[in-house]
Amino acid sequence: MSSETTQNLQSTFKQTLLALVENKPGVLNRVASLFRRRNFNVDSLTVGRTHKPHLSRMTIVVDVKRVDARIIVANLRKMVNVIDVQNISEQPHISRDLALIKVRTNDPESRNAVTTICEHYPARIVDIGTQVAIVEITAREDIVEELIDELRPIGIVELVRTGVVAMGRGTRILDSSYEPRVFANGTQAGLERYGV
Amino acid sequence: MLLSGSEIVMECLIREGVNVIFGYPGGAILPTYDAMWNYRDRIHHVLVRHEQGASHMADGYARATGKVGVCIATSGPGATNLVTGLATAMMDSVPIVAITGQVPRAAIGSDAFQETDVTGVTLPVTKHNYLVSDIHELAYTIKEAFHIARSGRPGPVLIDIPKDVQTEKIEFVYPEEPIFLPGYNPSLAADPVDIENALDLIRNAKRPIILAGHGIIMSGAMQELRELAERAQIPVTLTLLGKGAMPESHPLTVGMMGMHGAAACNYAIQEADLLIALGMRFDDRVTGNLKTYAPHAKKIHVDIDPSEINKNVRVDVGIAGDVKTVLRQLLPDLPSKTHPEWIGRIREWQEDGNERDILNYDNGEKLLGARVINDLWRYTGGEAITVTDVGQHQMLEAQYYPHQRPATMLTSGGLGTMGFGLPAAIGAKFGRPDEEVWAIVGDGGFQMTMCELATAVQENVKVNIAILNNAYLGMVRQWQEFFYEERYQSTPMVNPDFCKLAEAYGIPSMRVTSRDQIEASVAFARSHSGPVLIEYVIEKEEIIYPMVPAGADLHNMIRRPKPSEGK
Ligand SMILES: Cc1ncc(C[n+]2csc(CCOP(=O)(O)OP(=O)(O)O)c2C)c(N)n1
Ligand SMILES: [Mg+2]
Repeated sequence: MSSETTQNLQSTFKQTLLALVENKPGVLNRVASLFRRRNFNVDSLTVGRTHKPHLSRMTIVVDVKRVDARIIVANLRKMVNVIDVQNISEQPHISRDLALIKVRTNDPESRNAVTTICEHYPARIVDIGTQVAIVEITAREDIVEELIDELRPIGIVELVRTGVVAMGRGTRILDSSYEPRVFANGTQAGLERYGV
Repeated sequence: MLLSGSEIVMECLIREGVNVIFGYPGGAILPTYDAMWNYRDRIHHVLVRHEQGASHMADGYARATGKVGVCIATSGPGATNLVTGLATAMMDSVPIVAITGQVPRAAIGSDAFQETDVTGVTLPVTKHNYLVSDIHELAYTIKEAFHIARSGRPGPVLIDIPKDVQTEKIEFVYPEEPIFLPGYNPSLAADPVDIENALDLIRNAKRPIILAGHGIIMSGAMQELRELAERAQIPVTLTLLGKGAMPESHPLTVGMMGMHGAAACNYAIQEADLLIALGMRFDDRVTGNLKTYAPHAKKIHVDIDPSEINKNVRVDVGIAGDVKTVLRQLLPDLPSKTHPEWIGRIREWQEDGNERDILNYDNGEKLLGARVINDLWRYTGGEAITVTDVGQHQMLEAQYYPHQRPATMLTSGGLGTMGFGLPAAIGAKFGRPDEEVWAIVGDGGFQMTMCELATAVQENVKVNIAILNNAYLGMVRQWQEFFYEERYQSTPMVNPDFCKLAEAYGIPSMRVTSRDQIEASVAFARSHSGPVLIEYVIEKEEIIYPMVPAGADLHNMIRRPKPSEGK
């Protein structure tokens, strides 16, 4: 803490947190409840399975002061179902947001415009008809936003984004080495067995 | 051994060392109550009169003993009635395990009779909770729940058990292996670098002060705290829940800090050049305005919960660890020091405070709450376990009943839960039957859970109930007097005749209206083997001084004028 200036700690910017959590019912609810309860502003939260069936992984982007990010990390670590947490904002990392953007393409100009714009992005047209087309892009969040801005004048009629997923570069990884407990009847702790 | 889920619950409770549980039956928990029958000589069930009482009793039991308190309730309304007690325990880090019945698994989510999403409702007010959906997990879950409740920063854990899981039978094998939770590793010891940094700050400090909290008591670090204070001659201030962490008669104990703390403590904190905060969390009731808090002080903060470090107050050395372990790491290299000037300065503030003490005024015939508490202290030899409710009487207890031993002053600090006093006192008495237990309650809060009088009678629990009756929601009235131009909206109270009420329950009672009866009232309480109720009819418009208005600077206290300055 001593090496950082207070200035640094107090300015807000987007922080990307990774959390490895047990794949159990209610865990997403617990994490969401923590953010609501502590009044932390969530920009995006994604959750999905991992290479281990008993583990899920979350990428949480929050807009907070760095000092608050530490409190968030400490609060996440405290949760029983949270296995590991990292704040990768200041480490080299890869982050991706996926968007499906439905644009109006009911005349040749708009169709051409969409095609041309997509050439400048890691984007492609995945569905096209006489009325609308769907553009898919997977890229860093800011690039996705640029594309959206370019497409906007043509006429966006529907849009969906996954929210950011991220992974640190190099050998520093989230610790997924833990194996779940196996109960007498062969079921594993951590596997979904809700509402039998 | 083929056992039902309910029997497994009993077997697991016994293995956790539980011999008393507080609860209330109902449909969804009935199988477990039925199983209790065969275990009734090993686990005593206390039938409460409202589930809130069960959660506070488990809480009082836990605070008094350091063990996990257990409460039990049925689904739906039974479970929701526990919520206030869970939230109270959560705020004050008290280990409780709450067991609730749930509708059968197949009915979950169907709005079945008495179905409530209890794990959902209690999520923010528990340290952790479970819905047990498979009987094979039941025993391990209970073991895990106790482990989580009592380890690290303790707290309440709830286990919701569907009715059909309670009745299902399996071959029971107790999970003997230790709990393994990959995502839960409370930190205990400090990094040696942090210890070195903390020692440096202590060596260089000229005006150091210790802020001792509940954590000292929970980790049993009283001896270590005392050694730290004595060797480095550092004065000690206490939080409300830290009362008992250091004997209050000790020359280095300055008193309680905060909103109604001793002025000397608050001034000392504001002028200190080093705060050593141990097992406390800089609650707004102890810091006042954070922007002006302890402006000259470097800060060392030891707390078992890493998320408390730098939460409210930015610190120079933050140590997430068990305070006893950390102090033991620190003590070997702690230098002997003296701070005669600093301590002299604090003495002056203390003397000024004594001069303003209401007990040094001529109060004529008035029976002051302060006097009642101070005399209770005198006549109980300062040795009772006092369990307070919330309000002016609570602050009077904190100010006028000095405690020498840990876990002898039990109070709802973080949540400030009215209605806590009586049930928590009953729970405390179950935990420490050899101690003299006094519930010190206001006329308002007492009426929130006074149904537990019946519990005290049914169980013949020897608690002495002191009601400080000012016919007001006194603490709120004080705020109205100070900040709302004496508009006493909804604070005067028409009360029942508390002595007649006691009589209806078969409880001996006494009404005290003047000071000369106080000694006799203590003798009266002691002369009965069951619960006793004493009503102290006190001054209606007493004020608790000093007071740091909410959000004000800690040193900007409203003080009682000195007698020389006129009243
Ligand atoms: C459950 C609950 N409701 C409301 C409050 C707000 N409150 C704090 S102190 C107080 C007055 C308490 O009155 P009484 O029990 O008579 O104690 P006194 O202050 O008069 O000693 C109230 C209403 C609270 N702390 N808890
Ligand atoms: Mg009152």
